[in-house]
Amino acid sequence: MEILLFGITREIVGSGTLKIKPEETIQTVGQLKAWLAGQYPAMGKLSSLAVAVDSEYADDDQPLQSGQEVALIPPVSGG
Amino acid sequence: MLIKLVEEVDVTEAYHSLQSPGAGGIDIFIGTVRNHAQGKEVTKLVFEAYAPMALKEMQKIARAAQQQWPIEKLVMLHAVGEKLVGEPVVIIGVASAHRDAAFTACRFLIDELKKTVPIWKKEYYQDNSVWVNAHP
Repeated sequence: MEILLFGITREIVGSGTLKIKPEETIQTVGQLKAWLAGQYPAMGKLSSLAVAVDSEYADDDQPLQSGQEVALIPPVSGG
Repeated sequence: MLIKLVEEVDVTEAYHSLQSPGAGGIDIFIGTVRNHAQGKEVTKLVFEAYAPMALKEMQKIARAAQQQWPIEKLVMLHAVGEKLVGEPVVIIGVASAHRDAAFTACRFLIDELKKTVPIWKKEYYQDNSVWVNAHP
């Protein structure tokens, strides 16, 4: 699975994308968030962290499947 | 409806696309780079967007506004990249038959944009920089 990263999440990981090995068996958005918090403690310190699947905000119970575009959405600050 | 992410927001372009014979009022909000934040001097902002999703979210907000108010024309332009103090970064415009709807819809559009659209700004000071809103 490849995750798109923006803003502070890009800086935390040090890259615009994050490749997660299939053996991590991440099946839902919630599992992805838990995995990220374990791997990158700095993500757990953010005000919030949303996940977008195919460029729509996704709930924690949403399943993740191959072929989807998955992105991390740290707190937004446009305007 | 004109919704775009651009390197330079253009007030003239926004105004031209808002002109409509049925409109009795045009409201334009321009967000600009302020020279201070949290008591510190700001030197510049850098904006980053998840473009496909940002455009989708902006379109959703625009449709929500169109459902609530009688809008003739609508504009949402947001800049990406580096912006210096005083430069415009966002333009929201609404043309409507009467000014009440134009004012209210314009405010709704900028308030909602700030809540949901995946755009991020990094604020640069003399000695460091921070992603705005990232931490509590």
